[in-house]
Amino acid sequence: MIWADTIVQGVLLGGLYALFAAGLSLVFGIMRLVNLAHGDLIVMAAYLILVLVTLLGIDPFLAALISAPVLFGIGWLLQMHVLNRTLGPDILPPLLVTFGLSIVIQNALLEGFSADSQRLSVGALETASLALGPLNVGVMPLLTFLSAVLVIVGLNRLFYSTSLGRAFRATSDDAVTASLMGIRPQNIFATATGIAMVVVTIAALYLGTRANFDPTIGPARLIYAFEAVIIGGLGSLWGTLAGGIIIGVAQTLGAAINPEWQILAGHVAFVIVLLFRPRGLFPRAVD
Amino acid sequence: MTTSTQTARTAWSVETRTRTSTLFLGLAALLVIVLAFAPFYASRSLIQDLFFILTMLVLAQGWNLLAGYAGLVSVGQQAFVGIGAYAMFGGVILLDLDPLVSILLGGSAAALLAIPTAFFTFRLQGAYFAIGTWVVAEIVRLTVAQWKALGGGTGTSLPRSATRDMFGLDFLKDTFGFKTSVATDVITFWLALILAVVTVGVVYRLLRSRQGLGLAAVRDNQNAARSVGVDAQRLKTIVYLSTAFITGLAGALIYVQKARISPDAAFSVLDWTAYVIFIVVIGGIGTIEGPIIGVLIFFALQNSLSGYGSWYLLVLGLLGIVIMLFAPRGLWGLFTDRTGIELFPIRRRLSGGSTEKPGG
Repeated sequence: MIWADTIVQGVLLGGLYALFAAGLSLVFGIMRLVNLAHGDLIVMAAYLILVLVTLLGIDPFLAALISAPVLFGIGWLLQMHVLNRTLGPDILPPLLVTFGLSIVIQNALLEGFSADSQRLSVGALETASLALGPLNVGVMPLLTFLSAVLVIVGLNRLFYSTSLGRAFRATSDDAVTASLMGIRPQNIFATATGIAMVVVTIAALYLGTRANFDPTIGPARLIYAFEAVIIGGLGSLWGTLAGGIIIGVAQTLGAAINPEWQILAGHVAFVIVLLFRPRGLFPRAVD
Repeated sequence: MTTSTQTARTAWSVETRTRTSTLFLGLAALLVIVLAFAPFYASRSLIQDLFFILTMLVLAQGWNLLAGYAGLVSVGQQAFVGIGAYAMFGGVILLDLDPLVSILLGGSAAALLAIPTAFFTFRLQGAYFAIGTWVVAEIVRLTVAQWKALGGGTGTSLPRSATRDMFGLDFLKDTFGFKTSVATDVITFWLALILAVVTVGVVYRLLRSRQGLGLAAVRDNQNAARSVGVDAQRLKTIVYLSTAFITGLAGALIYVQKARISPDAAFSVLDWTAYVIFIVVIGGIGTIEGPIIGVLIFFALQNSLSGYGSWYLLVLGLLGIVIMLFAPRGLWGLFTDRTGIELFPIRRRLSGGSTEKPGG
């Protein structure tokens, strides 16, 4: 029974990692942009929510709702004016520019908020739990997982049932031809990053409510997110969820054996999957 | 034209050297000699600064060779710095070796680690490769943190007895009257100078060789290079393993001087990869001069902004972004474009032959 419990906790943790990863997967899938600042953007969003909660005295969920359009705007501007310049056949410019951005965000947050760890409080919800058969499951982890599934369903619907999604797919397949059909790839990319930042806001909400955060934790979240995306396969959002769950279960299993092995077990699972499937479990695009 | 062979009165030859570069080579040799005597006229803090600059230069040349020439954008070089440093500590503490011998052990350990790492990461393309190397570095860091004999997660110090008996220390103390602490700094400084000169020399030789030409071809167009018989995979593996060796040596040397180690410091992505990347990008990626310029700018920035805490890193990050966006070939690239000066030319050019038109 204790193992079943561990695995359920792992799956729910995987939901959090899938949330970290969904925005990354979207951007990666559409424009092959590797955003090394993704983890720091999540932390930045968590601080924005924290500021709203502290200043206006509102609930973190409401604060996240207010933050989302702001972060959409930030993402749009960032893509339009900085990241679009880095796109091309050479992978070095996007890697280095987002790496620089990561350092800049971390240190700007350190300067603004100090290195103290912070937390978003959601009151009684934090400790509430539900009895699912013989297992007790925390309400917040469950909410996180359901949000991850909802985000992925939503993104998939956006991708495959709207004209914006069609433009996303067309630009992803062939930006030049898409632009002949009246699509502006620059705008499409900016919109995609904006949407990714809305997902980042949701990820930040759960990051901040479930554990402490400080300005320096971004890169570790980035690694988990990337592992989920790569395990899942390029461009497959459900694959990203599967990847998140694999990392989450590996981490909780590792921690159950020895608490010091938690993070290590997740990384080892990533290496093992990639040794057998170098392009991930469910690769959509040939790249 | 059939007459073209007749008009070539003097033989053509392919050269990479220019007059400027030969002159510069002489100046560089002079500079190295002046630096080698630094312990006799410079203050101890200047020697320590020079040690820092030289070791960062070695790391930067290594990363530049990987990313700028072999197209291997690694974000996991801290794995080799850390394992080199830890192997050196292991050699001293567990095997009772001399620290200087242990430095070689550090380099070898890093090269050994690079074999399974390459096996795993070379299956990944482009950005996946970058993330793969980072994950490997994290795995090594977390594993080393379990190594209780070397202090586990909190780390350990080099025993004083080991550093006191270091090879050459007594000779320096007796001959020049240095104190023990100064003599340690002097030995590590000389080793850093040798390592830096050898690294630059080896990289320059490699780039001017057949293999270097193959490497440039692979970087510019892998398929075209393979179609003319360049074994891209083999070249990349050689570059990856040798860079790991050099990086491990540098890591071990840095920690002989620091004498105190912990997994978080020895495997720091910021110290051993982020800084190094900024040095190479700011100076100019894909050139040997770039990392040299970059490390000097990096040092100047660090010294002038160190009082401002995190503002320093903020400025460094912004500078990196601006240069990558607007001058992707770095400051040295800007300079070369204006002046045409290359201090370590690797471009092959024809010289010596007659340029008269046939039948003239």
